[in-house]
Amino acid sequence: MPIRKVMKANEAAAWAAKLAKPKVIAAFPITPSTLVPEKISEFVADGELDAEFIKVESEHSAISACVGASAAGVRTFTATASQGLALMHEILFIAAGMRLPIVIAVGNRALSAPINIWNDWQDTISERDTGWLQFYAENNQEALDLILIAFKVAEDERVLLPAMVGFDAFILTHTVEPVEIPDQELVDEFLGEYVPKHAYLDPAKPITQGALGFPAHYMEARYGVWEANEAAKKVIDEAFAEFEKKFGRKYQKIEEYRTEDADIIFVTMGSLAGTLKEYVDHLREKGLKVGAAKITVYRPFPVEEVRELAKKAKVLALLEKNVTFSVGGALFQDFSRALVNVEDKPKIVDFILGLGGRDVTFKDLDEALEISKKALAGEEFEEVNWIGLRKEIL
Amino acid sequence: MAVRKPPITTREYWAPGHAACAGCGCATALKLATKAFSEAMEEKFGDPNAFAVAQATGCMEVVSAVFPYTAWKAPWVHVAFENAAAAASGVEAAWKKLGRKGKILAIGGDGGTADIGLQALSGMLERWHNVVYLMYDNEAYMNTGIQRSSSTPYGAWTTTSPPGKYSIGEDKPKKWVALIAAAHQIPYVATASIGNPFDFIRKMKKAAKVDGPAFVQVQCTCPTGWKSPLEKGVEIARLAIETGVWPLFEIENGDIWNIKIQAPGGGAKVKREGGRVVAIEFKKPIEEYLKLQGRFKHLFKQPEAIDVMREQIKAMWKVLGVDVILPKPEE
Repeated sequence: MPIRKVMKANEAAAWAAKLAKPKVIAAFPITPSTLVPEKISEFVADGELDAEFIKVESEHSAISACVGASAAGVRTFTATASQGLALMHEILFIAAGMRLPIVIAVGNRALSAPINIWNDWQDTISERDTGWLQFYAENNQEALDLILIAFKVAEDERVLLPAMVGFDAFILTHTVEPVEIPDQELVDEFLGEYVPKHAYLDPAKPITQGALGFPAHYMEARYGVWEANEAAKKVIDEAFAEFEKKFGRKYQKIEEYRTEDADIIFVTMGSLAGTLKEYVDHLREKGLKVGAAKITVYRPFPVEEVRELAKKAKVLALLEKNVTFSVGGALFQDFSRALVNVEDKPKIVDFILGLGGRDVTFKDLDEALEISKKALAGEEFEEVNWIGLRKEIL
Repeated sequence: MAVRKPPITTREYWAPGHAACAGCGCATALKLATKAFSEAMEEKFGDPNAFAVAQATGCMEVVSAVFPYTAWKAPWVHVAFENAAAAASGVEAAWKKLGRKGKILAIGGDGGTADIGLQALSGMLERWHNVVYLMYDNEAYMNTGIQRSSSTPYGAWTTTSPPGKYSIGEDKPKKWVALIAAAHQIPYVATASIGNPFDFIRKMKKAAKVDGPAFVQVQCTCPTGWKSPLEKGVEIARLAIETGVWPLFEIENGDIWNIKIQAPGGGAKVKREGGRVVAIEFKKPIEEYLKLQGRFKHLFKQPEAIDVMREQIKAMWKVLGVDVILPKPEE
């Protein structure tokens, strides 16, 4: 029987790792995800997880050791955040290019400067072009579930790409919620044992991994990562369906909330989706036709689902905790790409908010709503809006 | 007719067909190192193939693994420039969990080891991974075209330490990574040279057989970067030993007070106290080593710079606990 425990997202991530039974974990402590390696250390120390835990001297070495272990053919896991993920940046490309299904749990945190340990998504968003799959959790249960799903998808032969699962710093990493821990036997059935077919360092079958690719081959290797990202879309749907069947919790690449007959649909990711659903309820009570949508899978970007969503609204209002200079937020860029050749598309308004852990309140969302209403009314509107900015200290 | 057993296995792990330059001393080093490793694995585990290689980006990596070809007959992985030690840590951990017998060989050049990869190396040694780290030291960044590294010796020309009106060439003494490795108190540290291949083979085998981390720093010549004759690599490396430029030693379990210095040959007089080398009087002047290499050519116009080099070499030997006499060439 599954058990329910009250825990932080960091603990949920550690539990997911325990359930997935990786053979090698390499990690370096970083706020806010430090509790993940701490908890895993306890599991290993108590013999509850039979894994080698390499206490590396940096995140760069953490991911490098994961690449080494994954290249040797074992399931591999690590956790990090912010600067730590940025330090891994170089090797993230390599893990994807070598098609190694490593999974990273990321406590989403802002990047320096100024140094800031609180939540936004700039760390993982900045890694969107590495080739890694990206999932975002709304709550602690999702943090656990999505890590299991990430392993399933990453290791699928049609995909073979590394995956990261983000959950918001402090809002989730340090907040306790009830989380259902699935049965080990069911997880074992769901994931199966990882049997590498392309990456192993076996003296009986010597292979060369990580070779030099001349111009004659490099582009094809990158295309392989592109193709695998595309293939992952179907594999993710299958994994979600199987997960729902086994564990009873439903996931979708884009989860919609009260989008029926909506004029304005707010779109966001991570824990902000929880706030947003409350906000939509609050507006619906007032008779406003608004809905919410949550991006659970950010890479591969769910282009088809975005096009379906776009059919339902006159305005798509994107709420983003990241900045892409000259663009707005990264979602704005992604939505623009998905809809650029679509006729009768809704207007898209972009909102940058909650950076560096700033609270996102109903008041902030009211501000976004007013601008979205202008767009709905056909009035002039700013495409990119910084919400909650303290103009008095600028 | 009696058939003599070859001094080392005829098995190849670094196979012909690689793209290294003619006369590459590092190719020789890798070839010997893997052969020695294989012999050690055979003796220790009964399986000559019981090893995998994790290699840093560098000249020996790019010439040996040009997709879709490979010169490697051992399981081999390359990740990046600065992380051979970290990647090897991961491979070793995975092998442990897979219950696979054998040992991991990590390989990096001087840039990937002494500079950008030093942190990962220290981490790997400190965590006591069962890995032999082989630093092939050709004393500059040869992969990107001969830029100085912290392992480049004093006075050497490189493209980023060019001699000029205000420059003697490289103006810092060489960083001795073997001593840094020894500070981790690991089971085995050694320096070696392609100028003494039997000693190098012995040390690689010893390194491969210890339980825990080991570090071997092998000097290997680079005709391209050293501007030296293609056919004189081994001779030049041998001269480095015989003139005192390249000390050969072993340190076990971090016991630097019991450093084992090897006699250099070349007519040098070695003084021992209680079996320990305490003084060496070299007979061959360092000029004999320097003059075969274009990278030191400019020094012969400024002999005082060669005297500075002599003082630095003496200071380095002092750290090893040995007083040396380095002769000047006869007029």
